[in-house]
Amino acid sequence: MLVTEQERLRDDLVKMTDRFGRDRSALMPILQELMRTRYHISEYSMQVIADLLDIHPVEVSSVVSFYSFLEDKQRGQFVIRLCRTIACDMSGEGNVARQLVNDLGIEFGGTTPDGKFTLGWANCLGMCDQGPAMLVNEKIYTQVTPEKVHSILEECRSTFGVHATVDKERC
Amino acid sequence: MSDELLPHGHPTRAPASQRGRTAEVLEHAKALGKQIEVTIDGRAITVPLGTTILESAQQLGIRIPTLCYHQDLCLAGVCRICVVEVEGQRALQASCSYPITAPIHVKTHTPAVRKARRHILDLMLANHYGECYTCNRNGNCELQSLAEEYGVDYFRFGRMEKPRYEIDLSSHALVRDMNKCVLCRRCVRTCIDLQEVGVLEAIDRGNRIKIATFGDKPLSDVVCINCGQCINRCPTGALRANDNTDEVWQAIDDPTKHVVIQTAPSPRAGIGECFGLPPGQPMTFRMNTALRYCGFDKVFDTNFAADLTIIEEGTELLLRLKAAMANDECRMMNDESALQHPERSQSQSIHNSSFINHNFPVPLPQFTSCSPGWVKFAEHFYPEYLDHVSTCKSPQQMFGALLKTFYAEKTGVNPRDIVTVALMPCSAKKFECNRPEMCASGYKDIDYGLTTRELAKMIREVGVDLPNMPKSDFDDPFGTATGSGVIFGVTGGVMESAIRTVFELVTGKKVENLFDHAEVVPVRGFEGIRYAELPIVEVGPVPAIISHLFKDWNWLKGATLKVAVAHGTANAKRVMEDIKAGGKFSECHFIEFMACPGGCLGGGGQPIPTSPEIRAARAKAIYDEDRSYTIRKSHENPALLQVYADFLTDGPCGHRSHKLLHTHYTPRGKYIA
Repeated sequence: MLVTEQERLRDDLVKMTDRFGRDRSALMPILQELMRTRYHISEYSMQVIADLLDIHPVEVSSVVSFYSFLEDKQRGQFVIRLCRTIACDMSGEGNVARQLVNDLGIEFGGTTPDGKFTLGWANCLGMCDQGPAMLVNEKIYTQVTPEKVHSILEECRSTFGVHATVDKERC
Repeated sequence: MSDELLPHGHPTRAPASQRGRTAEVLEHAKALGKQIEVTIDGRAITVPLGTTILESAQQLGIRIPTLCYHQDLCLAGVCRICVVEVEGQRALQASCSYPITAPIHVKTHTPAVRKARRHILDLMLANHYGECYTCNRNGNCELQSLAEEYGVDYFRFGRMEKPRYEIDLSSHALVRDMNKCVLCRRCVRTCIDLQEVGVLEAIDRGNRIKIATFGDKPLSDVVCINCGQCINRCPTGALRANDNTDEVWQAIDDPTKHVVIQTAPSPRAGIGECFGLPPGQPMTFRMNTALRYCGFDKVFDTNFAADLTIIEEGTELLLRLKAAMANDECRMMNDESALQHPERSQSQSIHNSSFINHNFPVPLPQFTSCSPGWVKFAEHFYPEYLDHVSTCKSPQQMFGALLKTFYAEKTGVNPRDIVTVALMPCSAKKFECNRPEMCASGYKDIDYGLTTRELAKMIREVGVDLPNMPKSDFDDPFGTATGSGVIFGVTGGVMESAIRTVFELVTGKKVENLFDHAEVVPVRGFEGIRYAELPIVEVGPVPAIISHLFKDWNWLKGATLKVAVAHGTANAKRVMEDIKAGGKFSECHFIEFMACPGGCLGGGGQPIPTSPEIRAARAKAIYDEDRSYTIRKSHENPALLQVYADFLTDGPCGHRSHKLLHTHYTPRGKYIA
């Protein structure tokens, strides 16, 4: 049977509401789950969520626009957030940043053409004593050095972790 | 806490987990009946536990400035202009959202408080782009008056040199200029909580925050119903109606144009407020003189068209009821015959369908279609129920269609040269008159819709002091209408008029026998949703005006007419959900919906500010006007009967009336591409 992308998205969202409930307070878990599986929250999915939770689409978009970890634009499978606070800065964050830019071939704020990586900043990850700190999706790396950057990225590239598995299931 | 209600009678939208900790104390303590003594500026007052500082101060007659606070809306506490000093507390407290739970001492005007308020204003002005003298809220702006009150004489934190946002001119009804927004979120609370439409919300965070629509799309592309309630509650000029006065002046100044205006009942009850009068002073006949002074060639009464609407909509209702009744009988016959002779049921149903197609259930209850805000609400949120909405145009559009056909014929003016202007309490009427289907006469039914505020501006522009104008009557051939038309302006009014007319047409008895002075009290009042039953004990002969449609009324004998009234789209939503679930309201026959709280008198084009008291005063003015008329029932309007005799010769819901006075709707849905 031919299923359009929108229908599949709707089915997924219905399943999520079964899991998280249909109360207003289910909004955050659903949005987070959507970020984990589809790497962005489209306008269409906001409207479906609003419909399912009996709230207004504009409220969903308000929440999405409020949180930095929720995005309405497509981002990469791996979001790398490098801490740019003063403690990390002093322990050599600059070199790590340069290594990331060189290795990925994108500037901060960009996404690689293959949709694998998005590079961005974070404002303090609470790892000031173990800087420089870097967050890759939900995993934190501390005392990152330019050498480690390469292996972390390689690890991501070769990993068929949770993201890849989800992708396989979807395809 | 599920029973916690906002002032307008429905639960908060907060999730159960977050539903107001403070509010819980508030309800609970009030239920306990505990009283507490507070001192505000050295004056003591005893209030129920949980009363806010602001409410207590208001009781004492102490003025605390507010901006984001609004009587009709839930609390926000975001603007901080109402800060006060609570003795023993380090920080200043927002008085609008501080429930009193201990015997505190409050000072409302200490140097620290005054300085804080001044700073808050300075900060707001630093982000406020636009000059007061080019603003349509000049003289009626809450930010402006606060700046004056707190002696703001320079821009401490600088000011915007360039506009940050483009002005959204996409909508026929509303203009959104976010450069003037102070982020008080009254519009957000109006749209989401009061009206439950959900167009506006704060997007983004920190210094990038702004009030935006879904996906920051233009207003014409989102689910906005144009009710304009946000305009009435905006403290600044960030939201306003799309002003057509320039075009109207141009038409007036053009000698080849014949400019006619129709005035709705609600603006007449409200316009006095624009001239410094207290709310509830009807200006009907003084306004006629002022309008002629402005240069309008003819002044007509929209109530004439309201009466017309009642006849058309009432007839439509009776036709639907009859069809439903016939359907029921048909179905019963079918069921019986199907039981007795299963093989014959097929042919039977075919035979019956030759005169009534019972495969299609008759859409009942019938919904009113006078409120263009409600119509667009239904198109967006309940498109599957559009066949329940009466096909009648709203009075404004009916009148426009008649003006460009019947009136043009009668007076010999080329309809091309007639410019029809409608004075309405409504911003959605501006959208309605621009609907593409509203041009049955071959011309645009209504060329321009004006709001009460815009007309007040026009009247002031010609140097007329409205309260001191002499009175004059409406122009012929439509004359002064009936009391039934007048009460269209208040919630329940359409229903009351319909009951007066339908009851008399069907029973042949005076409605006064049932209700004193023909005042149908059960449908009056400001309760969000009202329900009434009207038994039809006996029936009379069919009146001449609809004798071509009905042979007799015997089929209605002993029936009970069930009606309901809802005002504000939040209440409309409640009724619609009940109908969807097959509840009490699905058994109604006729339901009146008005998009605005209080009906038209609380419309988005009415003078600012608005509050429950102001709306009640306007309602009183309208009911008083109804009482002052000698003819108070639509079907007794002599001018109307003349129009049916001369022009709409095939009667109510006839061919011509269908062409000119009826319309169709567009299922829009709530999903935005």
